[in-house]
Amino acid sequence: MARVLEMKLDFTAILARWQMLLDGMALTIQLAVITILTGFLIGTACAIARRSKFRLPATIAAVYVELIRNTPFLVQIFVVYFGLSSLGFKFTAVTVAIIALTINVGAYTAEIMRAGFDSIHRGQWEAAECLGLTRVQAYWHVALLPAMERIYPSLTSQFILLMLASSITSQISVEELTAAANFIQSETYRPLETYIVIAIIYLALSLALRLAFWLLGMLIFPRRRRLGTNL
Amino acid sequence: MPVVVLKDVKKSFGSLQVLRGVSFSVDKGDVVALIGASGSGKSTALRCIDRLETIDSGTIDVCGYSVSDPNLDLRRLRLDVGIVFQSYNLFPHLTVEENITLAPRSVKRMQKAEASEIAREVLAQVGLSDKADNYPEQLSGGQQQRAAIARSLAMQPKVMLFDEVTSALDPKLTGEVLKVIETLAASGMTMIMVTHEMAFARRVADQVVYMHQGRVHEAGAASILTHPTTAELSEFISNDL
Repeated sequence: MARVLEMKLDFTAILARWQMLLDGMALTIQLAVITILTGFLIGTACAIARRSKFRLPATIAAVYVELIRNTPFLVQIFVVYFGLSSLGFKFTAVTVAIIALTINVGAYTAEIMRAGFDSIHRGQWEAAECLGLTRVQAYWHVALLPAMERIYPSLTSQFILLMLASSITSQISVEELTAAANFIQSETYRPLETYIVIAIIYLALSLALRLAFWLLGMLIFPRRRRLGTNL
Repeated sequence: MPVVVLKDVKKSFGSLQVLRGVSFSVDKGDVVALIGASGSGKSTALRCIDRLETIDSGTIDVCGYSVSDPNLDLRRLRLDVGIVFQSYNLFPHLTVEENITLAPRSVKRMQKAEASEIAREVLAQVGLSDKADNYPEQLSGGQQQRAAIARSLAMQPKVMLFDEVTSALDPKLTGEVLKVIETLAASGMTMIMVTHEMAFARRVADQVVYMHQGRVHEAGAASILTHPTTAELSEFISNDL
């Protein structure tokens, strides 16, 4: 029995290509970090736009969010990829991937941030207003951190999903971790072993990202760090 | 010289007319107690003064600003008017000092050191000097309300509005908040307070405005609380033991 397993699972050929795995991993991390930042900015802007009393920005944000949340990411990335090239833009596959991932995660982040802002009590906005703060200042100083503190677990999950979803960019030949796996398994004829290794790497990346967000939370929510209580 | 003047102010929420022609004026340095049953419109009248509600007709003038003017620069009005709410509305993620320095720093563009100095002063004024670094949730209700008063005072307003600031507090905590307000009154601050504390109103108010069904039903010196002329005020007071 042990001999059969030994024959079936052989990781040596895969681990010998560690350089390729490392390069793929580096690109996956790069895609995730960049699009977490850009997606967060776009998502927050859209959440604010959607809550605006002005019709035009609210409608534009709503259409964008619903369009993205109701179509598959694989389709979105192809539309961006072929759309940009038919418009004459000559972007690298990585750039296209960053654009598509940003558009995708921005829409989901917008809904999460909107829920966060909606949870801010009316009295908080009134207090800010009566102290003379502008709407922008009220968002920045009064609403942003408490909103984020409440939705932080959802936000963290969404960004981990984003990192995992970046594997789909292998479809437009971005050489991230999954693309590396596809290549390695075609060279080694060891698909099971390859994808087991890749799964473990993704798992490790997810856990590392979760840890990073926990540390970031400690940094940006000093009240929670000091008191250990929920808002 | 009146600082706040309301003339025939009317306000409806949908089909419900809350203010049916409210007029009164407040002189500089005066303390006005706005009293009346729940639903009489006193809180709405107060909120209209800071344009937290817009009025349907009539005029409100505050510190020379026409509050009913739709083109009014609200931020200038709010530099002159401080308001304290029943639910404190402190910012939970900021320490007491950060709550107080936020507006001086971001609205008045003060340097950090200067704003902190002001925070120290107003915290001493409300007796919370040792709580500067605490978060609101670490304070009692009375302390939170005093911190909220300090936050308003830090902007050096010309008029202070108090919207049932002790209604959420037990008698002991109410006492400590009222003491702060009384000291403020003695210092010459112009104040309008919506309150259910009749004994306090009698002691501190220069003018009492009794509202009933959206109108000023009776107004005058604090003595009207002991010698009311209308049956409604008389009845309203008799409910207060």
